[in-house]
Amino acid sequence: MNDAIRKVVMPKWGLSMTSGKVTEWIASEGDEIADGDDLAEIDTDKIAGALESADEGVLRRIIAQVGEDVPVGATIALIAPADVPDAELDEAALLAREELDSGAVAEVAGPVTGSVEVDGRTVCFAALGEGEETVVLVHGYGGDKNSWLFVQEPLSQSHTVYALDLPGHGESTKDVGDGSLDVLAGAVLGLLAERGIERAHLVGHSLGGAVVVAAAAREPARVASLTLIAPAGFGSRINAGYLRGFAEARSRRELKPHLAALFADPGQVTRQLADDLMRYKRLDGVDKALGALLGTLLDGDEPALDVAPLLSEVDVPVAVVWGRQDAVLPATNGEGLDDVEYVERAGHMVHLEQPNAVVVAVNAVTNRR
Amino acid sequence: MARTISYREALGEALAQEMERDESVIVLGEDNAGGAGSPGEDDAWGGVLGVTKGLYHRFPGRVLDTPISESAFVGAAIGAATSGLRPVAELMFIDFMGVCFDQIFNQAAKFRYMFGGKAKTPVVIRTMYGAGLRAAAQHSQALYPIFTHIPGLKVVVPSSPYEAKGLLIQSIRDDDPVIFCEHKAMYDVTGDVPEDSYTIPFGEAGVVRDGDDVTIVAIGRMVSVAEEAAKQLAESGVEAEIIDPRTTSPLDTETILESVENTGRLVVVDEATPRCNLATDISALVAKEAFGSLRAPIEMVTAPHTPVPFSDALEDLYIPDAQRVANAVKTVVEWKR
Amino acid sequence: MTDTLSTAVSHELDGNALLDAYRTMRTIRAFEERLHDEFATGEIPGFVHLYAGEEASATGVCLHLDDRDAIASTHRGHGHCIAKGVDVKAMMAEIYGRRTGSCHGKGGSMHIADLSKGMLGANGIVGGGPPLICGTALAAKQKGTGGVGVAFFGDGASNQGTTLEAMNLASVWQLPAIFVAENNGYAEATSSTWSVAADNIADRAAGFGMPGVIVDGFDFFAVHEAAAEAIQRAREGGGPTLIEVKFTRYFGHFEGDQQTYRAGEVAYARENLDCLKRFRARVTETGQVEAARLDAVDAQVADLIDAAVEEAKAAPKPTAADLETDVYIEY
Repeated sequence: MNDAIRKVVMPKWGLSMTSGKVTEWIASEGDEIADGDDLAEIDTDKIAGALESADEGVLRRIIAQVGEDVPVGATIALIAPADVPDAELDEAALLAREELDSGAVAEVAGPVTGSVEVDGRTVCFAALGEGEETVVLVHGYGGDKNSWLFVQEPLSQSHTVYALDLPGHGESTKDVGDGSLDVLAGAVLGLLAERGIERAHLVGHSLGGAVVVAAAAREPARVASLTLIAPAGFGSRINAGYLRGFAEARSRRELKPHLAALFADPGQVTRQLADDLMRYKRLDGVDKALGALLGTLLDGDEPALDVAPLLSEVDVPVAVVWGRQDAVLPATNGEGLDDVEYVERAGHMVHLEQPNAVVVAVNAVTNRR
Repeated sequence: MARTISYREALGEALAQEMERDESVIVLGEDNAGGAGSPGEDDAWGGVLGVTKGLYHRFPGRVLDTPISESAFVGAAIGAATSGLRPVAELMFIDFMGVCFDQIFNQAAKFRYMFGGKAKTPVVIRTMYGAGLRAAAQHSQALYPIFTHIPGLKVVVPSSPYEAKGLLIQSIRDDDPVIFCEHKAMYDVTGDVPEDSYTIPFGEAGVVRDGDDVTIVAIGRMVSVAEEAAKQLAESGVEAEIIDPRTTSPLDTETILESVENTGRLVVVDEATPRCNLATDISALVAKEAFGSLRAPIEMVTAPHTPVPFSDALEDLYIPDAQRVANAVKTVVEWKR
Repeated sequence: MTDTLSTAVSHELDGNALLDAYRTMRTIRAFEERLHDEFATGEIPGFVHLYAGEEASATGVCLHLDDRDAIASTHRGHGHCIAKGVDVKAMMAEIYGRRTGSCHGKGGSMHIADLSKGMLGANGIVGGGPPLICGTALAAKQKGTGGVGVAFFGDGASNQGTTLEAMNLASVWQLPAIFVAENNGYAEATSSTWSVAADNIADRAAGFGMPGVIVDGFDFFAVHEAAAEAIQRAREGGGPTLIEVKFTRYFGHFEGDQQTYRAGEVAYARENLDCLKRFRARVTETGQVEAARLDAVDAQVADLIDAAVEEAKAAPKPTAADLETDVYIEY
């Protein structure tokens, strides 16, 4: 097959995804496609999201039809420059169609999961990619490593990308000690040490943003760059009602209304999202962990964290990404920071709503020297 | 982390984790270890279906085999619960409630009320229900409606390995008497289950599938039957919302009503026989509380009003299947005034 | 294994203990006789089953027990409640269906309980208690408290499967349990000489591999002695015992029972066998307790019962707000 013909494949979003469906083709055959353009809406039994292009060219052939169940890794469309002859594309499309119909799709390797022991706590992670440089993704309050599903795979094309579960979250030990930034930063640094990663690009969202700043301040030599996505610890505004609501919700019914604060598009608050979060919240020890971390984030209804002084001590490239419609840590919190990239059509969960903006920012800052 | 394990393993893990956490938790029942007093191995069985296998050696003195005396050991579990233990008694088949029902419904269920709120009876009675194993009339019934009828009892009917573990841990930690009904055809069903301990609160239904065209409320094993039906229906463009109440007492009426208010149509799938079962109960609830939302009469898919037959030819007809559920959905979707 | 114990040597009871025992028996008697009178006025709702005549059994057994120990009772349970230390005024209020009652008026005569005192409830189901007592005994054994469980049951319950199952289980598990069969001659209106196929209920103990003893139920000292041995054995890990206590109930099965099935045995028993009379005679004859002190107890008990009835009658009934509470701890 002509190397200029690029396959668009069914992505693997998360460990358990084995297949997905195109629910809508956003791009049409013949459209000019740029890197990062939305191609299609993909739905799995767990999540729905937009598939972004990793290539540029013209969308020449659509292989997978809307509603068709397609295994992860199977070709769903072909992108090629306009000058590649139609006959070559027809041939490639036929092969792709046959592969799909036969079901003989090679299994795509997903992230490798593992864990390390840090200060008596188990810290779990998922690693993807074989790049020379390492990126570590640190989620926010109540999140976990899976919240990076739209970001980890694209970043893994050029980096080794770790996503970890902070103490109190995901599959890591639920004990958070006093819940201080120090404990959490220690977990990130401990992961680097245990995995023999000398230096890493740290990416932190929300509470994770404050955590990576604290980690960089503590061990500057280990940190190559920082990408802060709607980070906590800057500015004077915080949605205390959301944080408490999240911590205190005892059922899906109680939780779901609070989740609307996370997204610009309320349609992102699916039953599945609420269910997954309830599954997490029901684990023994989570209640206590969330309570302790709430004390780290909030002082009454005000932000308790101020990491701006810590950041000023750190001499590494820093990128900041903020969703314009962030209703948890409003974008105005970024006013004191340099070079903030404000992302349209994004709330607090920028990496879920506009993942490409995060991918672009991380790729840019990791290339800065 | 979450792994794929069976319903049986999920239950065993819940028991082991709770026994580890709280030494007042004990397990008792017929052959829960197996081999008591016999010349061969002890812990020979781990219960007739192996749920309690391994606990006997791991928790010495806390897994008790019993004579076949359901009244005595179920009553003993109840008495021990009033005296500081958290016993999990295994009533092997729910059908055997007939020989020990007094201890459950006249004793355990009533202590708290009858003693003016001063009693606490944290007992769990695990029991197997349901048809499908050609076990015939006295080993196959879905009798959870009878327990649901009794004030003072909580009744749990888990539909998957995830629910089984979280609901069993909740049952053990709960201070009221709980009847925990395991479908005997589900022990080898597998699913994702977190390794950590977790609890699923009682009275919170699971929404297993989203849909706007019809609400299917399904109990226990019938949840997977409803899911199969929903898949078929989706191919013809009918999107069913499936609700798994998880506990029949307490019952999450809000989730059911909210869903019916959205879909306007209700099908209840209940493996129990049709008189005074969960299907009639939920139908009555919806008819009373959401009458204005209903766009079609309610359909109930249940077993017939007969004992459970033995022959596969008859038992297969007895158990509600996906086709019957799909047909019921079609009836309500196509219904016109 | 069945022995018949007659009046044996007293088990080291000093004057105060004897006075306590007397007070308990007198309280039960006065409580029941007063209820008999009050019931006739129509003011007491529901079913009431009186324990008069049987006082030596509850008292002789419970004198050995403390808060580690639990008892299960029967529908004829007032005596067991009093002997295990349940508050008499709260009991009376309960029987009157008052909010101040032991169970806030939700249980009544057949369900008086006080779990804090190890009184697991009077029980409306014949044979309901013995399995429960296997459980309390199991809990004591598991926790190593040295506690015992005592199941009081009647000759009627001695024919229930639950009782027989419980005795077998207690023996198989070697539980610290005592089964006290109170054979008052009648299960409702049916004579135990007819309904119990064995000569004695205690004979059945052999079938469960446990000691069985028969005691004269009108003799406090005989009951006390038999119970002492059984309870000590249980506390020391020696397993269960069946004690059959034989006597006659002074009233009908329930208040209102015309008792046309009976002959003149009550009058005879009251005159010649009565436990209180015999107790008084013995302790005054031996000089262990002066008659005046017993008389003082009689007066105090009479005052207590008067006050209990008066307060119960004046106490408020539960309200609509109480109807649906306390079904569950959390629902």
